[in-house]
Amino acid sequence: MVIVPETISGRQEAQSPSRMTPPALRLRKPSQPAVTSDSVIRAEGVTIRYADFAAVRDVTIEIPDRQVTAIIGPSGCGKSTFLRAINRMNDFIPSMSISGLLTYRGQDIYGPKSDAVDLRRRIGMVFQKPNPFPKTIFKNVAWGASINGYRGDIHELVERALRRAAIWDEVKDKLNQSAFALSGGQQQRLCIARAIALEPDVLLMDEPCSALDPIATARIEDLIDQLKTHYTVVLVTHNMQQAARVSDLTAFMYMGELIEFDATDKIFTTPSEQRTQDYITGRFG
Amino acid sequence: MTLVNTNFEPRLAHRRRIGWFFAFACASMVVLAVFVLGVLLISVADQGWRWLSLDFLDNFPSRLNPEKAGVKSALFGTLWLIGLTAAVSVPIGMAAAIYLHEYAAKGKLTRFIELNIANLAGVPSIVYGILGLAVFIRLCGLGRSVLAGALTLSLLILPVIIIASREALAAVPDSIRLAAFGLGATRWQTVRSHVLPAAIPGMMTGVILALSRALGEAAPLIMIGALTFITFVPEGPLDTFTAMPIQIYNWIDEPDLIFQELAGAGILVLLGMLLPMNAVAVGIRAWHQRRKAWS
Amino acid sequence: MTGITGIVRIKERLIHGVLFLCALASVATTAGIIWVLAAESYLFFQELHLLDFLFGLRWAPLLEPKSFGVLPLVCGTFLVAGGALLVAVPIGLGSGIFLSEYAPSRVRSIVKPILEILAGIPTVVYGYFALMFVTPHIIQPLAPGTDIFNAASAAIVVGIMIIPTIASLCDDAFRAVPQSLREGAYALSATRLEVSTRVVLPSAMSGVIAAVILAFARAIGETMAVTLAAGAMPRLTLNPLVSIQTMTSYIVQVSLGDTPHGTIEYQTIFAVGMLLFLVTLTFNVIAQGVLRRFREAYE
Repeated sequence: MVIVPETISGRQEAQSPSRMTPPALRLRKPSQPAVTSDSVIRAEGVTIRYADFAAVRDVTIEIPDRQVTAIIGPSGCGKSTFLRAINRMNDFIPSMSISGLLTYRGQDIYGPKSDAVDLRRRIGMVFQKPNPFPKTIFKNVAWGASINGYRGDIHELVERALRRAAIWDEVKDKLNQSAFALSGGQQQRLCIARAIALEPDVLLMDEPCSALDPIATARIEDLIDQLKTHYTVVLVTHNMQQAARVSDLTAFMYMGELIEFDATDKIFTTPSEQRTQDYITGRFG
Repeated sequence: MTLVNTNFEPRLAHRRRIGWFFAFACASMVVLAVFVLGVLLISVADQGWRWLSLDFLDNFPSRLNPEKAGVKSALFGTLWLIGLTAAVSVPIGMAAAIYLHEYAAKGKLTRFIELNIANLAGVPSIVYGILGLAVFIRLCGLGRSVLAGALTLSLLILPVIIIASREALAAVPDSIRLAAFGLGATRWQTVRSHVLPAAIPGMMTGVILALSRALGEAAPLIMIGALTFITFVPEGPLDTFTAMPIQIYNWIDEPDLIFQELAGAGILVLLGMLLPMNAVAVGIRAWHQRRKAWS
Repeated sequence: MTGITGIVRIKERLIHGVLFLCALASVATTAGIIWVLAAESYLFFQELHLLDFLFGLRWAPLLEPKSFGVLPLVCGTFLVAGGALLVAVPIGLGSGIFLSEYAPSRVRSIVKPILEILAGIPTVVYGYFALMFVTPHIIQPLAPGTDIFNAASAAIVVGIMIIPTIASLCDDAFRAVPQSLREGAYALSATRLEVSTRVVLPSAMSGVIAAVILAFARAIGETMAVTLAAGAMPRLTLNPLVSIQTMTSYIVQVSLGDTPHGTIEYQTIFAVGMLLFLVTLTFNVIAQGVLRRFREAYE
């Protein structure tokens, strides 16, 4: 079964101004399936195994363009595994195997013609712990673009990426200092800038705030909200409040399965599944 | 539909080609190293195999009669040497490791001892020979005896044993110690009955590798004057002796070609002792790691 | 204090003391080395000025006119050790990168012990290999007329000997680089080559440098292979195709001869030994310092 976000018309009063429902969703009629042309990532019956253990089971989902989609669920539910399958970061685990169909804009991600290196340029990733390279701030941002043969002015690109990651003002005077000198929250925004510098289409974020303090977290959340004007964002988080604050759509995963996928407000107010209800009300996880 | 971003020219095929070339270069370095090892073993075997026989093991070296020469005195000298070296260095080395890892407070003294051990491990073996010459031969008057040789080699491999044993102790999880302390065991009881049994396989690997190093050492023995022509088997720790690496050096130094072949045969005997020791050490380590992974 | 706990306590104290004495044995060894070398060197330097020793250009302690300039020995030592690095660094570093970044764990678990055999082979065997194989079958065909004793063959076999040191320490250094850095680079659309050479290698650079320094120190202290392969001709030269003498092989040469105890010729081995000890110690201390900084960066 394809789980698609249902319409959320009529719920608009309940939303905060910044939580405006995106036009693509508002236009959709109640019974209509998600429009495939504006879904960027599509999974059909995706199962991911580590040796014999199925970490993700039969997940079918369509992730729409220029939206923030959050994946929530208790630890070990397979949400990170699924996220990392999208840009093939699981390839490095020898025992991993994947079945089902996972596509990016219609192309089979695991198909014979797919190229993981090329794919990762379009689908960037931000990790749980900030992982800047032991290089200068400038080189951290410029590195990915330079190995991928950026043709334009690299300084301009670095500035643009740092501005978009809302960290330019803090680092513009120390671009040649080590990235390790930054605070944890700044490092994470630097890592976002680093990913943005490749001008990707999709940004995957794997619990990007779990290692950060509340103030740094708030800044990253604001940033995610801005990012969706340029990028499709898929955010894995164990923090339900965070999902509620920043995402347009929320998927709830449990024990490897996708339980429910819907507009965020619907998931957090009137979920259709009992297990979703139990999770968001804190009965487990 | 794929978004085409023309700001980038990734040249993937080109990068991938360089990548393959680099991977190939790295892999060929490994192959080269293994190949060199093979060439070394084969060239030695090629020289020496003709002389390998039971007689070779049972005859004494002879200058006048190289056809009937053998390594008996060197073989027994080496066995004496290793036995005594093990008897001295293994208990002291393990005890030092236990002290440093299980007893010592993290203070300046401990730090100093550890730094000292790390530096000793890098001291050239011939310097230990100079030490042995001055202390065991001249100061203690042990003469050019097996005991003097064994004590010198013990000092040489002590740092190796201590470092390896410490690593083995460090690999034992703290929970084992806490559990034993929790049951009211004293420190020594904890170490003896719980920590040591878990650490012994790792320690054995280090000890065997250290002893195999002692087995192949010639320089310190030459320093203490073991390079003499000896045609008898030592009967006690104070007898003079020769050892396999010394005998091999002796033969290599002879101008006649037949001695080069004898040296090759001697090397084969020496490697015949060393390589199994290496294999056992690696085997214990692999077995221990697998067992740890399961439990 | 009741009887049994009293006995237990005394036993614990006793064991503690014995273990402590064993740990002190290593300190005693160091003290012994320094004392022995310093005492005899002191006698040597009463007859000869330190600067004449360190900067003299001719080493001929056993020939008339006697001369005690150690530079030829130092030069021979560094010629062999430097040549050994030329052999060992590419092979060791390449192997280390392969083992850590490319090899599947099964291959790694087989290849690493095989490489370690190279370090376990006695040095006298390497000397034999140099004389019987490297010089006649590799060097002389390439450079006809080379002496049977030459620095190049010694450098090659010492280089082979220290390959595992470099490979193993580099492998350790690469594996100490956090996986998250590799992931970060892969996520930026890097190929394995770019991850290995432009992220992992620079991040592990201090570990690699420490490995090379440690291997260099080992090569400097290497004795038997050099004694057998390089000959006994102290010479101030950088030509690898002629016979030279290193500090270590000079010490062996004197101890093999029948130089009487107490003469200045005899004391030279302690002076040269002292220099050898100080040089290797310096390199070891530097390597450990570099290594400590490297570990701190990732812990």
